[in-house]
Amino acid sequence: MSRFKAFLLLFLALFSVTASIKVEELNEEFTEALLLRPLPDRKVLAHFHFRSSAPPSQRYGRHHHIFPKSIHQLVHKFQVREMELSFTQGRWNYERWGGFDPISSCNAKPPGVELWAEFDVPQNQVDDSWKNLAHALSGLFCASINFLERSTSYSAPHWSFGSASGKLRYGTLPREAVCTENLTPWLKLLPCRDKAGLSSLMDRPSTYQGYYHSQRLHLKSDESDASETSTGIVLEQTLTVVLRPETFSEKALQPNWSLSSLFGRSVSGKCSLSSSSNVYVQFEQNLVSAGDKLREVSEASENAISVGEGFQDNPLFELSHPPKRVIRESGNFQKAGSILYEFSVEDSNEFKPFDLRLNWKAPVAWSSPQAPLQASRFLLGSGNERGAIAISMKSTRSTNNVEGTGGYDENECWLRVGIFQMVPWYVKVYYHTLKLFLDGEPQSSTENIEKILVSPSEDKVSTGVMELILRLPCSVRTAALTLEFDKGFLHIDEYPPDANQGFDIPSAVILFADFVANMSLHENSLKQVPILSKLQEEVPVISYTEVLLVPLTTPDFSMPYNVITITCTVFALYFGSILNALRRRISEEEKLLSRKGARKASPLTLMISKLTAKLRGKPWEPPEPSDLAGRSSSKYKLVAKVALVAGVAAAWQLYFQ
Amino acid sequence: MAEVSAVVKPKPRPIIRIGLFLISHSLFVSIVCCIAGVLALLLLPVLAKNTYISENALMPGSASAMLSSDDASDGHVFLNKIMSISSMSKNSGIEIPELIAKHITESGGEVNYHKFQPLSDSFHPLQFFVGPDAGIVQDNYSSTSYGVNTVGIVRAPRGDGKEAIIIVTPYNSVKPTTSEALSLGVAYSVFTLLSRVSWLAKDIIWVAADSRHGEHAAVAAWLRDYYTLSSGDLEHEVTSVKREGVSNGFRRAGTMAAALVIKVADSSTGFEKDGLKIYAEASNGQMPNLDLINIDNYLAVHGQGLQVRVEKIWSLLDSWWLYSLGELQELIGKVAKSLNPGWKFGIPASDYVEGCATLASSLYNQALGVPTGPHGAFRDYQVDAITLEFSPRFSSSQRVLFLLHVGRLVEGVIRSVNNLLEKFHQSFFLYLMTSPSRFVSVGIYMIAFALLIAPLPLAAAALFSDASKSKSPGESIPTSPAWNWLYAAKTVLIVHLWGAIVTIIPYLLHQSPDSSPLTSLSMWIASSAILLFFTRAASGSLPFSRASQLQTSEWTLLKAVTVATAFIGLCLMSVINYATAEIGALLLVPMCLMAVPLRADLKAKTMKAVVRGACNLLLVFVGFPPAAFLLSKVALAGFDRVRLDDFWNWTESLREWNSATYIYICMVHLPCWVLCIHILLHRR
Repeated sequence: MSRFKAFLLLFLALFSVTASIKVEELNEEFTEALLLRPLPDRKVLAHFHFRSSAPPSQRYGRHHHIFPKSIHQLVHKFQVREMELSFTQGRWNYERWGGFDPISSCNAKPPGVELWAEFDVPQNQVDDSWKNLAHALSGLFCASINFLERSTSYSAPHWSFGSASGKLRYGTLPREAVCTENLTPWLKLLPCRDKAGLSSLMDRPSTYQGYYHSQRLHLKSDESDASETSTGIVLEQTLTVVLRPETFSEKALQPNWSLSSLFGRSVSGKCSLSSSSNVYVQFEQNLVSAGDKLREVSEASENAISVGEGFQDNPLFELSHPPKRVIRESGNFQKAGSILYEFSVEDSNEFKPFDLRLNWKAPVAWSSPQAPLQASRFLLGSGNERGAIAISMKSTRSTNNVEGTGGYDENECWLRVGIFQMVPWYVKVYYHTLKLFLDGEPQSSTENIEKILVSPSEDKVSTGVMELILRLPCSVRTAALTLEFDKGFLHIDEYPPDANQGFDIPSAVILFADFVANMSLHENSLKQVPILSKLQEEVPVISYTEVLLVPLTTPDFSMPYNVITITCTVFALYFGSILNALRRRISEEEKLLSRKGARKASPLTLMISKLTAKLRGKPWEPPEPSDLAGRSSSKYKLVAKVALVAGVAAAWQLYFQ
Repeated sequence: MAEVSAVVKPKPRPIIRIGLFLISHSLFVSIVCCIAGVLALLLLPVLAKNTYISENALMPGSASAMLSSDDASDGHVFLNKIMSISSMSKNSGIEIPELIAKHITESGGEVNYHKFQPLSDSFHPLQFFVGPDAGIVQDNYSSTSYGVNTVGIVRAPRGDGKEAIIIVTPYNSVKPTTSEALSLGVAYSVFTLLSRVSWLAKDIIWVAADSRHGEHAAVAAWLRDYYTLSSGDLEHEVTSVKREGVSNGFRRAGTMAAALVIKVADSSTGFEKDGLKIYAEASNGQMPNLDLINIDNYLAVHGQGLQVRVEKIWSLLDSWWLYSLGELQELIGKVAKSLNPGWKFGIPASDYVEGCATLASSLYNQALGVPTGPHGAFRDYQVDAITLEFSPRFSSSQRVLFLLHVGRLVEGVIRSVNNLLEKFHQSFFLYLMTSPSRFVSVGIYMIAFALLIAPLPLAAAALFSDASKSKSPGESIPTSPAWNWLYAAKTVLIVHLWGAIVTIIPYLLHQSPDSSPLTSLSMWIASSAILLFFTRAASGSLPFSRASQLQTSEWTLLKAVTVATAFIGLCLMSVINYATAEIGALLLVPMCLMAVPLRADLKAKTMKAVVRGACNLLLVFVGFPPAAFLLSKVALAGFDRVRLDDFWNWTESLREWNSATYIYICMVHLPCWVLCIHILLHRR
């Protein structure tokens, strides 16, 4: 018994300790960070990262200080487990800006709006939740996300987006125009909006002047499972822009920039609600190694003393502020990894704004790390009848040697490439025409296809989805995939505005599941900083292909008028002849014709003659059958009628002139 | 009662009465309709409307041109570099593509080389129905000579990359002329500007097409590879052309919105302004959307002060009869105006003559079905394209100014097309130009054609009713008159089948190499004639065997069926290529309507009969395709410049360009002509 009591006490004590720890951790948190990275083609990548988190409401309650209420309500109402919404303008240039780093894998998005969400509801309610969520987000972000509600615009991917629960829905709106009206509600979710902190850099003209602009909202919640380990809701908001610094430096040198020259503003202090507020400048691995080479050369020539990790002596560039710390990515044994310089904006204020400046000292050229295959998608064929979608993938190995997980063994090495392609129903894809070419040679597709899932489209009901995992030999140089399709006809009501522009096929998603884009920073303390932990997260390398524009047959929209006119004519002719046929009595007509000579007078003259006869008091007699005279008189009457009508018309004409 | 009803017949329905009336007066109606048809054609320049920009989104000239004189002088420097390369003695044809590629990369564009071989001669006359197939092209570069197109792409900074605008500059990569270098300079200065601007919504593709194997071939090869899975997509590297990091991989940029082919004429204009000549006709008389021509014309005239022209037949300008016709219509217009000031028709006689010359050229170029420039290749893929041929005022000096003007024009056009949200669809696709700013739309020009062919069914009906009425009493075999026409139809069918065989003969002749055009032509004619003779001999229903049985009504029935087939043929052709059908109708309709056996005329020996016989002979002579072609050449170019083998070359070119006109001539016109001769030589 005593032993049992001791156990109980111990257990209680332990529980109280853990509970006290939990209570300490039960806090909303908000952090902000900005990552800047010079790009090889004289542009600069700016990546804002905001993270707000709220503890689970069972223990914390439903009232928040920092976390946006609207998002919390959204999560609770629609039982969202995970959701990502992105608004993108412009295209990510995979060739120049790279496709093998965490930022491009997570933040390079297709143009327009992309939304995927996973729900924690029974299978039969998922579609309803999706529709409601689309409507709610549409209102929240001033965008036409509600068009994703229609079953013809979203799909249910099975394995391409991580979860295979079947409760995930995916939809894109490639034509959605993204502008400041979408950014403002997004900023409203931040505790300091754009009034203080890093978000105050977001000067609308300069952020929208860029070459790429993508605002993203990622939401993860485990509210529904009531276990102790649940972390609540984590909201991650990122804005990725690619800007071109305006400088007058000479062409060989990379352009110098500062925060104020990029954004037209500078940071004056952090958002006081954020627990960390850092600016990072990242130099890519290839750039670092180029710098190292340059340093070796200069050391050899000038015999300068190496100061090691310093930033002042860097032969390539010069930063205006001393970094708080320098974080080196632990690269592999041959090469150094990329370098992150961390700056804190906490000690800046209105009078001493934080305006980071980067000056280049020596001309340098480098290339960003590329995804193992570079994909592009295009249409084949012309005309309004049929065509083909082609996805061509080219190996980037000649340009830079990507060290994949597999290591190129040439014989036993396989490259697994996942393709997710969603096609609207009016593009009727024949999936049996799937052809695969490897290095120009047509392949029997079953050999290289590891897994395929096709759900063909249903007219006016659902989109067609193809999920495919290709297994390509690592030595492959080019791979091409073609799918033939017929172009369908839409009902006249179903054409969108500006129908003559053509119709969009959303971007295909190319997934390199074997490759993970993450930075391996060894210090564990760095995991505390959300942006750094995000960079270390293992995410598969993903790239999106171009949006395609399919010209479909478009009716002349003034056609309804013509159709009405022609149908009315046809109806008139039809009913006229039917009525004529029904009304006619042949025998009577013949009788009438036989008596044609007898009666020629019109009812009016008959009446007049009857009247005059009555007036005169004489009995009425039918007029004399005078065939010739009657005919000639009727002719004159006709002429007179025509003349009368012509006269009226002429008078009318004259009067109105 | 019965007697009465027998006397008074019930009246037929009015529509039938009108039909019967027309058929009974078919001669008069035919003459009136034919004359009206020709008159309507001659009146088209008067009826032409001023062009207007139909699509509001184009907004030409609403933004001021951004192309500065710096860009123009950059273009001039580039031009000089090309000229210095071309003046070098050793030139393998890769230096200039490399130079262009280097400059494109420097200005921030993406670049690739497109290696191609000229297409082999293949005949797809019905390509305009089917369209190019969407398969993959496997070509083998067996031959050593291939062309290298240099393709540069500017990606629109904030665009979604769904659409692209194409600039094409054909040049000879081995030995470019000054004018070709000028066109490259224009394209380069525009391209560098566009790589900097922020307003771009569509990607820009600059194709410096290597015209060593012909301008059209280079552009067509590039387009074919653009729309198929080409070797550039499938092969990773073709080491022979890869230089300086410029890959061979084919680059694309979405659906094409419009294409501009920029050329500079060798000769300078005699005018005091720089000139611009617009070529628009693509294969089989297809035209680009009129709006594309309109914005060019608008920007060139109002923006850059260029003298804009479209092609015209110069020899028509001096023709006295056209001028007197013009004066006549001017006079009528004046009289009408004096009667009612609201009636405004009639244009100055000189304008009329000019309009006629342009219209004739427009009609001829459309009828020919051969594209008038590299833009024709785009139309095969439903892309609107035109060729802009600039002619500088001075031959060498003030090139920078010329580059500035032309560059600004091209920039303006691209900006207009860039504004376009939808594809070109607002304005006309079926039209004839009578001047750069006047056009005749389909609704008006169809009237002339409809009037011309309207008599054909009437005449056929009249002839048929004549034949069924006038049964000769001494008929030995009692056949139903209703089915008599089947014999005639059989004859007509056989002759048309013969026409189909005649169509194919040149391919067989083409197999034997190195034969001169004249021998080929004579062989073609001879083999056709022999074939015709054999078919006549072989088929029992033809006059040689059945001559004794032929009745008077036989030739009328034959003529009726001939006229009916001519009508069907012309109607079909008008759907495919209006201009061919119009010109064909001008020749075919009088010939078919007039045809009467010569023997009957000779027997009659009246003045009317002799004139009719002479007319028939004349029409049949003119109706023979080679004769018609040579006569029109004589009329336009003069007697001394015409050679007999021109006709062979002409048909050869029609064949090579897959023109439907060739099919029309061989399968509609020629059989009808043979049948007319058959009728003329008919024995009673």
